[in-house]
Amino acid sequence: MNTPAELKYTKTHEWVKIEGNTATIGLTDFAQSELGDLVFVNLPEEGDAVTAGDVFADVESVKAVSDVNCPVTGEVAEINEEILDEPAKINEAPYEAWFIKVNNVTDTEDLMTADEYDKFCESEK
Amino acid sequence: MGRYVPNTKEEQLKMLNEIGYKDFDDLFSVIPESVRLKNLNLEEGKSELETATIISNMASKNKQYKAIYRGAGAYDHYIPSIVKQITSKEEFVTAYTPYQAEISQGILQSIFEYQTAICQLTGMDVSNACVYDGGTAAAEACAMCKDRKHSVMYVSESTDPKVVSVIKTYCFGSNTEVKMVPTKDGVTDLDKAKEMMTEGAACLYIQQPNFFGQIEDAHKAADIAHGIGAKLIMGCNPMSLGIMETPREAGADIAVGEGQPLGLPIAFGGPYVGFMACVSDMMRKIPGRIVGQTEDHDGNRAYVLTLQAREQHIRREKASSNICSNEALCAMTVSVYLAAVGKVGLEEAAHQCVNKSHYLLSELEKAGLKRVYNGEFFHEFVTTSSVPADKILAALEAKNILGGYKLSDNEILWCATEKNTKASMDEVAAIVKEVCA
Amino acid sequence: MELIFEIGEAGRQLDIFPKCDVPEVKLNANLRKQELHLPHVSEQELSRHYTKLAKRTHGVNDGFYPLGSCTMKYNPKIDEEMAVLQGFTGVHPLAPVEATQGCLEVMETLQKDLAEIAGMDAVTLQPAAGAHGEFTGLLLIKAYHESRNDMKRNKIIVPDSAHGTNPASAVMAGFEVINIPSDDKGCVDLDGLRAAVGEDTAGLMLTNPNTVGVFDKNILEITKIVHDAGGLCYYDGANLNAVMGQCRPGDMGFDVLHINLHKTFATPHGGGGPGSGPVGCKAFLKEFLPGFTAVKNGDAYDKHYAANTIGNVRTMAGNFLVMVKALTYITTLGKEGIKEASSNAVLNANYMRVKLSKTYHMAYPVTCMHEFVMTLEEEHKQINIAAMDIAKAMLDYGIHPPTMYFPLIVHEALMVEPTETETKEEMDHVINVLKEIHDKAESDPDYIRNSPHTTVISRPDEVKAARTPVVAYEF
Repeated sequence: MNTPAELKYTKTHEWVKIEGNTATIGLTDFAQSELGDLVFVNLPEEGDAVTAGDVFADVESVKAVSDVNCPVTGEVAEINEEILDEPAKINEAPYEAWFIKVNNVTDTEDLMTADEYDKFCESEK
Repeated sequence: MGRYVPNTKEEQLKMLNEIGYKDFDDLFSVIPESVRLKNLNLEEGKSELETATIISNMASKNKQYKAIYRGAGAYDHYIPSIVKQITSKEEFVTAYTPYQAEISQGILQSIFEYQTAICQLTGMDVSNACVYDGGTAAAEACAMCKDRKHSVMYVSESTDPKVVSVIKTYCFGSNTEVKMVPTKDGVTDLDKAKEMMTEGAACLYIQQPNFFGQIEDAHKAADIAHGIGAKLIMGCNPMSLGIMETPREAGADIAVGEGQPLGLPIAFGGPYVGFMACVSDMMRKIPGRIVGQTEDHDGNRAYVLTLQAREQHIRREKASSNICSNEALCAMTVSVYLAAVGKVGLEEAAHQCVNKSHYLLSELEKAGLKRVYNGEFFHEFVTTSSVPADKILAALEAKNILGGYKLSDNEILWCATEKNTKASMDEVAAIVKEVCA
Repeated sequence: MELIFEIGEAGRQLDIFPKCDVPEVKLNANLRKQELHLPHVSEQELSRHYTKLAKRTHGVNDGFYPLGSCTMKYNPKIDEEMAVLQGFTGVHPLAPVEATQGCLEVMETLQKDLAEIAGMDAVTLQPAAGAHGEFTGLLLIKAYHESRNDMKRNKIIVPDSAHGTNPASAVMAGFEVINIPSDDKGCVDLDGLRAAVGEDTAGLMLTNPNTVGVFDKNILEITKIVHDAGGLCYYDGANLNAVMGQCRPGDMGFDVLHINLHKTFATPHGGGGPGSGPVGCKAFLKEFLPGFTAVKNGDAYDKHYAANTIGNVRTMAGNFLVMVKALTYITTLGKEGIKEASSNAVLNANYMRVKLSKTYHMAYPVTCMHEFVMTLEEEHKQINIAAMDIAKAMLDYGIHPPTMYFPLIVHEALMVEPTETETKEEMDHVINVLKEIHDKAESDPDYIRNSPHTTVISRPDEVKAARTPVVAYEF
């Protein structure tokens, strides 16, 4: 399992990269491998408000749909159109296939480090 | 009687004992005594012969008309023999939804062929595997157009009132506002529609040909809907699509309709089938089952139910529709009908509908009725007369003819199809003439 | 095999319509320019094409069909024969009442019979399927609360074991869904329910026996809790085949229910439909019923429209020919046959459950009703054999697999519903097959994982189908 050290993580298996006031958010390698081949992604619209811990997107495999929670609070600045067309990218390169970028980020206190997240995943198995 | 339970009473008891139950009471002991039913107040079971007699007697109490001139949502067309034979094959009749693709390729391919035929008819990119009927197809189409920014449905008053009623009932459920666009001269008052539709409009729904048989200016409707950021939904009579422009050509985003004219009997209202098709952009919004083409592990072409994560069994409360069972066998009927008549036959049937309804109108006019609206029509038209509609219809009824559908005291909505002969229409005109005289 | 669009030749056609006997009329505007591709085949090609498709379809008569929750019982032939009588198929739905007395008699009789079986006071036959019935029933509940100006009741309670249609229908009817967890027997957790109900409760949706095939013996307590909170109780009739003639939802405290004619009353499923989902209700909800109900005044039948109707959930009367089939079935069975059917549905399920529990883990090892749920969780962990693999292996034996992966509260679930129309010999055979498959899964798991081996296609690539959808033939 790949867990880049420079990112932060949530218990619901999202990763977040915080740069200044902006956060880039995606699904972890652990999550994509548990979910299997993803076939569709629902994303919010630019300008939408998102709240830490709340659902902001969902991903579909052939036989299941799973919510994706937002690790931080803020406003959607950009969505990744590429994963709308090719959700397979989430399976292939989960840390490149980001979902959204969020501005005016707050509520970043509860995030885990890579080490903490690895341990958490171990306990989940 | 319990005649479809194969095991004898002795076998049943033996099985009960073998798995540790004394008798059926013991098996059902989990049901609280207070709700155990003492007596089911039904008649005793009947033999097959008795049942056949009882039910056939009911059928014989319905009047069999020698000719039908009533449409208004249910259309009496000829059904080729092959259509009835194929769709009564027991594999098709008795199979469940094709969830197990490996042993359901027959049903799955038939649905794929149906979807293809509907896309061809409507000119659209995507068709679902069907919904219950034309009314529910219209209501589901409206729901497809609703999002956070677009929530008001505009429906033309020239739509079949039965369809409008279903749209309104569904919208009562989803707490959605429906605004009716008035008609002018028997067609949608599109200038009024333009005036009424404001920011937040989700869709404009028009019927083509409309409830009065009139042909709507769909291009203008599309421009108005799109101008305000709403979708255009067209409810179409599929029989007309052999010759009339497709909803796609007119600029519609979604095409729906009642598939009954294509091979299904009028049968007191059902089962019918609602078709739904849309442009590719809206593919993920279309409700219900969709069959897709793929390959099996050995590279053979194969068909499966696809995009299932939209549906209720996976998305549950987040699904856009609750539809599960649809009208698959009726969709197959449509498919077989279209294959049986082909392009030439469908055009011929449509032309005959046009020709015969126009002949009927001209004869009825000679007999003393007046057409209410101007403009072109497909196979239905409205007449008025100084003589009450009831009187005209009763005179036809007495001659075993089902006349048109009464719209008001003096107005009748008539329909003619390829089944109506010149001789029969002449008889109708003669009867009407006598009443009007 | 080829699609109907890939066979035949331009110019081939059937000769269906006579020459037009009236003058030709040309429409001026709005003519079709887009090309129209329809099949061009002879009658023989068309006929053989569909015979090929039929051979690639598994119907109820092709073998055992234990699809849990779907009640794939045998579909009697007399029912089909009655439904194609010209006296029914030729009736225009908008013909005068006097001309449609037979159709109204079918409806009135069926409404009465279903009301008696369900323990309800009134029935509408308009809904076209089970989910459509749920939606209708929930609209009745909504209209009821609104009629009392009780506008705050906007929540429907649904157990986590419920059919997916339940929460989806509730949302379509404008309600918010409150999911409550099940207890360790798959039944309603009473404390959980008590905690969930309140002034905003519009109602509860429940099926009993529930989706794991267990009869919830607290049923009277459950409906009382909901009623005490001011909510109504909706019965999902999907599992009515287990209890018809034994007990009635109306007597268990339910106010409204739907019935699946295509499950309980033997009307065939048609490869996915048409079904029919009549809704029954107690007298106080009658005023809200949709469409018309058939009523008998003296010797004549008439249409009755409810005073405060929710409107129409579809056009016309409903799936009328399906009603004819169901009425034929009920007439044949009668009071004693209805009870014998449910008795044997439950017997057959328990027979298979007990016999199979030597080989498979039962999710709930108690007396079941008409169906039971096995769990392959152990096998999945130990030998990496999933419920799906067992299901696919059954295909090689000509047996339709049970329902897979439902209910969601059981991992690796296989839900088996044999129905009352299977013989003991057939069930013994299937029990042996399932044992054989289990043995093989241990000795040669790859063989099972690659099943099926004998069907016209092997496992299809569903990911490809969903990622790059091809939903119509391209010309």
